[in-house]
Amino acid sequence: MTRKGIVLEGVHFLNGDVACAEGAIAAGCRFFAGYPITPATEIAEHLAQRMPEVGGIYIQMEDEIASMAAVIGASYSGLKSMTATSGPGFSLMQENIGLAVMTEAPCVVVDVMRGGPSTGQPTMPSQQDVMQAKWGSHGDYEIVALAPCSVQEMFDLTVEAFNLSETYRVPTMVLADEIVAHMWEKVVIPPAEDIKTVNRKKPNAPPDEYLPFMPDDSLVPPMACFGEGFSFHATGLTHDEHGYPKTSSSEVQQQLVRRLCDKIRLNADRIIRVQEVMLEDADVVVVAYGIVARAALSAVRKAREEGIKAGLLRLVTLWPFPEVQVAKYAEQAEMMIVPEMNYGQLVREVQRAAKETPVRFLSKLGEEPHTPMEILESIRRRDQ
Amino acid sequence: MPERLWRKPLDAEKVIKPKAEIHIFKDQCKECGYCISFCPMKVLEESDEINARGVHPPRVVDESKCIICGFCTSVCPDFAIFVTEKNSKEKPIQ
Amino acid sequence: MIEETTIQTSAHPFSKYLRSAMMPHIWCPGCGNGVILNCFVQALDELKLDLDKLVVVSGIGCIGRSAGYTNTNSFHTTHGRPIPFATGAKLANPELEVVVISGDGDLFAIGGNHFIHAARRNVGLKVICANNFNYGMTGGQQGPTTPLESSTPTSPYGSIEHPFNLVHLAAASGATYVARWTTVHVRNVTQSFKKLFQKKGFCFVEVITPCPELYGRYNKMRTGLEMMDWFKRASRIEHFSDPSKAEITSDRIVVGEFVDMDRLSYEKLLHEKIAQINEKALGKVK
Repeated sequence: MTRKGIVLEGVHFLNGDVACAEGAIAAGCRFFAGYPITPATEIAEHLAQRMPEVGGIYIQMEDEIASMAAVIGASYSGLKSMTATSGPGFSLMQENIGLAVMTEAPCVVVDVMRGGPSTGQPTMPSQQDVMQAKWGSHGDYEIVALAPCSVQEMFDLTVEAFNLSETYRVPTMVLADEIVAHMWEKVVIPPAEDIKTVNRKKPNAPPDEYLPFMPDDSLVPPMACFGEGFSFHATGLTHDEHGYPKTSSSEVQQQLVRRLCDKIRLNADRIIRVQEVMLEDADVVVVAYGIVARAALSAVRKAREEGIKAGLLRLVTLWPFPEVQVAKYAEQAEMMIVPEMNYGQLVREVQRAAKETPVRFLSKLGEEPHTPMEILESIRRRDQ
Repeated sequence: MPERLWRKPLDAEKVIKPKAEIHIFKDQCKECGYCISFCPMKVLEESDEINARGVHPPRVVDESKCIICGFCTSVCPDFAIFVTEKNSKEKPIQ
Repeated sequence: MIEETTIQTSAHPFSKYLRSAMMPHIWCPGCGNGVILNCFVQALDELKLDLDKLVVVSGIGCIGRSAGYTNTNSFHTTHGRPIPFATGAKLANPELEVVVISGDGDLFAIGGNHFIHAARRNVGLKVICANNFNYGMTGGQQGPTTPLESSTPTSPYGSIEHPFNLVHLAAASGATYVARWTTVHVRNVTQSFKKLFQKKGFCFVEVITPCPELYGRYNKMRTGLEMMDWFKRASRIEHFSDPSKAEITSDRIVVGEFVDMDRLSYEKLLHEKIAQINEKALGKVK
């Protein structure tokens, strides 16, 4: 691996975790706090080596709770920060993810999903944390979650995750599965000047007029950091635009909670990305994400060869859920098939968006993802 | 044990004993009693008046006894009392 | 400033260090948290510290509200987590002075793990612990520093748990400055707070404070004055005594400085290493 400056530009053969770590560096991440956990450990190990090379900070905290807290602290001190974990660690981080949402701290959390629940199957893939990413912490809130399906996407979507988190001041998750994280593939990394990065909006009011949680038209408040001359208070308690706790006011609670959700919901069309393959005339639509989408792609292509009008809607953004796109294709299709490596998570969202259109769920748990043949069989049996 | 002055200091005429000015924000007081109890010169006592919180703030018994030790300023949990030197050349921080 | 003027009587000398929109504070009559806040802002005033570089981080609890009262950059975290948050903030910008002000439960029960690791690493955080022997905010339940046999709502038959000796814990974990005072010792508290800003590395000051509404009321010390009397009666100043023998009892509270040493701080070591490695890596590029 040659290193030409900070970004690892060039064509490389990398594993998914390493590609994710390089994506973080390319996006401008200069703080990583984490804790080793299979199958995300390689992200931490790679960054332990790479961060000092690019002048960034790596620290291994005593647990995942501390990792998430440190990430928020570093974000508030002005650095782009991230952590990486798997299911058990993701569970531990939930309270502080809530704190990041409430204090609108830009940060990225990579969850490399493994078999659960609990300690589960540490070395086996799954897609079992999908609902947790959206609902894991208490209270009403919205986050953004992306699902890479290849090592190239581990790089690209990590960069995008940073950009989204900085734009919307929201914790952004990269929900990889253990297969995408551990497999080795070709990655093309463009030169630094061709990689689009976004930085958080800075205040344009003078310090004595600055209100830390006063949103602008995009519903996102410009963010000052510690030591920049703006003396502000931020708290996990319900607060007003000044940042001061206002725990007795229903009005303040309504405004705050709604804005924290609306800044994502109302900007959903700008956040959501999907990949549409052969959907223009599709009767059978397979809705898939992550590694399973690759098997689905193969199945859909084979189905077309057999004369079946099948198509694939690959979800790149899992949250906010692409209900508009799912609803659109559900209307034209006769049925939808949702293969997931869990026992029924995102399929519920698909069913909700698909309304009258029948949705068939293909569950698979354990070591292997769905094979193209399994999905093809289901497409063939679409009338049953 | 404090020494008793058994003779007059040589510069007694030249040195001016600082005069204290005790400021009490009566409505901020919660009647904890710390300033009254810990004043070394017993300059304060509980007053009879009732403040906005429904309790008795302190009142100054004899301001001339105050030695401007500042203990009341530091020990008040409610920032309700502070002492400054009267006509001091130093302006207090705003 | 030398001027012949009369003193303006409307403002408290420390009011510039307090957020006027948030005052008066929510603490009970006689609560020692107000005394700690008072001594803290007095220390800031005496040192003329650059407030822009100061960050106050607090946890959940009555004392946790103090971050909202200080007129500085401040952050109020989730329960038990001010120390790791402060670690992230400090490492990301070592120019900042990061002070953690929190309570005995927040720092030593739920936050205990974070305390010992931050002390072990010697991250340059200044940790002030308001030890009132219970969980005040939630109603006075027992905590890790509640004295044996105390009556609290969750130990109605008397506590059977042996409490922590916080100065021993801090010293054993590697803190470079460890001190304990009570709210009676206001001058010493202020001096110790000033010392925090003059030391590098992980510093810890325990301030024993009265909680008359809860701990005091449940344990036959109904007023703040009675609790302060206990502190005054039982405390004795013994600088640099053995922290392991400084357990708090009803007639013995050892106060003073226990540890005052110098050890390279984590952030200094970290940034030196990063600078070295970064230079080397960039050298290869050219």
